Amino acid sequence: MTLIQASGVCVHYGGRRALFDIDFSIAKGEIVTIVGPNGSGKTTMLRALLGVVAPSRGSVTRKAGLQVGYVPQHLHIDPGLPLPVRRFLSLPTRRSAAQIAAVLDRVGVPDVAAQNMTTLSGGQFQRVLLARALLMQPDILMLDEPTAGLDQPGVASFYRLIEDVRRDTGCAVLSVSHDLHVVMSASDRVVCINGHICCEGTPNVVRAAPEYRALFGMGTGGALALFQHQHDHDHEHEHHKEDAPHAG
Amino acid sequence: MLDDFMMRALLAGLAVALATGPLGCFVVWRRMAYFGDATSHAAILGVALALGFQISIFVGTLVVALLMAMIVSVMAGRGWAMDTTLGVLAHSALAFGLVAVSFLPAVRVDLTAYLFGDILAVSRMDLAIIVAGSALVLGLILWRWSALLTATLNEDLAHASGLSPARERMVLTLSLAVVVAVALKIVGALLIAAMLIVPAAAARNLARTPEVMALCAVAIGGFSVWGGLQLSLWQDTPSGPSIVVVAALIFSLFTFAAALVQKRPGR
Repeated sequence: MTLIQASGVCVHYGGRRALFDIDFSIAKGEIVTIVGPNGSGKTTMLRALLGVVAPSRGSVTRKAGLQVGYVPQHLHIDPGLPLPVRRFLSLPTRRSAAQIAAVLDRVGVPDVAAQNMTTLSGGQFQRVLLARALLMQPDILMLDEPTAGLDQPGVASFYRLIEDVRRDTGCAVLSVSHDLHVVMSASDRVVCINGHICCEGTPNVVRAAPEYRALFGMGTGGALALFQHQHDHDHEHEHHKEDAPHAG
Repeated sequence: MLDDFMMRALLAGLAVALATGPLGCFVVWRRMAYFGDATSHAAILGVALALGFQISIFVGTLVVALLMAMIVSVMAGRGWAMDTTLGVLAHSALAFGLVAVSFLPAVRVDLTAYLFGDILAVSRMDLAIIVAGSALVLGLILWRWSALLTATLNEDLAHASGLSPARERMVLTLSLAVVVAVALKIVGALLIAAMLIVPAAAARNLARTPEVMALCAVAIGGFSVWGGLQLSLWQDTPSGPSIVVVAALIFSLFTFAAALVQKRPGR
């Protein structure tokens, strides 16, 4: 069952074409990672799929009643706003203390409920954001660079957590990463974009590069994989879509 | 009871504090201080128009404040450099308003009442309008509280939760215009923004949750109104600035105390 479907989507930002000819869909339970360099339109694509930005051409359709658990890239909290974790998790819908305790336990930060959001470490903060998304009981988790600012063991354990969540709840996971070398090994599909979709396919698993695996350490438990791709082609041929193995 | 001008002044001030407390918190959290300035300074232009066209001051200021708030809101949505733009708008609105008022020679004498407030001259009718306007704003904010807070944190997050950030922005814009219209009589156009920001900033030192901060802001605003009125009555100081002076003193006191408390465990 398709959760979100984009057909021929173009998005313009202040006269600049940020995205064009995006045909994309994500199905129930699928894990898809969007990768691309900075300024390639990854976040715009996520926001278009989310419905925050309207496409200037093409259409985005979401399954009726789709519950989205969204984890934004940045969440700046003004120092003037006192916000304990438990209050944050109750936005915008009130959650019971039991629900909050359970979800914080689930994401591995059981002791932060009373803490102010601004006192959390980077890793704790990401987990609390994920906890809030999980409380939405999402059909799909949408994560915008969820591991930005985390160290590599942090990245690995965060991705392992996402995999666990997907296994337990069956929700789809759509995440965005600027790091072409680090994507979730559990990804069913990697979509590489640079204004348009350059190519998509299964992540090219680590077998060819044991030195990278050594770099991330065995401690990652295989949660990280490599997806090798070079942005070495120009965009004269905008409608060309590279043929890549597709995981269906 | 309402025959006493002091009682009317106090009730009017407390009513406004009920609205400016929670609204002021959003002004602080969303960094809309200049936004408040632009909107409230535009009120002087509203006064000029109201006097020129012989309509109610409340209506005149409400319309102009609403227009200004909408213009600023739209410009913010289009990504203008807000600090500079708002600075230009805030001071231009004031200057245009002052010049416009000068074309009405009959009221030149009364201008200080609009710039600095005239809380001791609140009539029964004024009181009714002030209470109604404040109740409207308070009700609106209480009703939208959770949604406003979510949209304040992150608009995309609010959108993904099924809320409309644009609608919540409109709620604040509307509330701000209404507060400007009703608070003009209390603290005057120059200091309405202070009535929003100072109690909220002082409350930040006391509160660990957004709700407590809003309550504290109401309490501090209310106390400032009472204290300012006393000061004004006994020392014959201008009422609006006196209220803000009391609020500012509370802010200094709490900020200083909070700094002391924070320092101690480190020693």
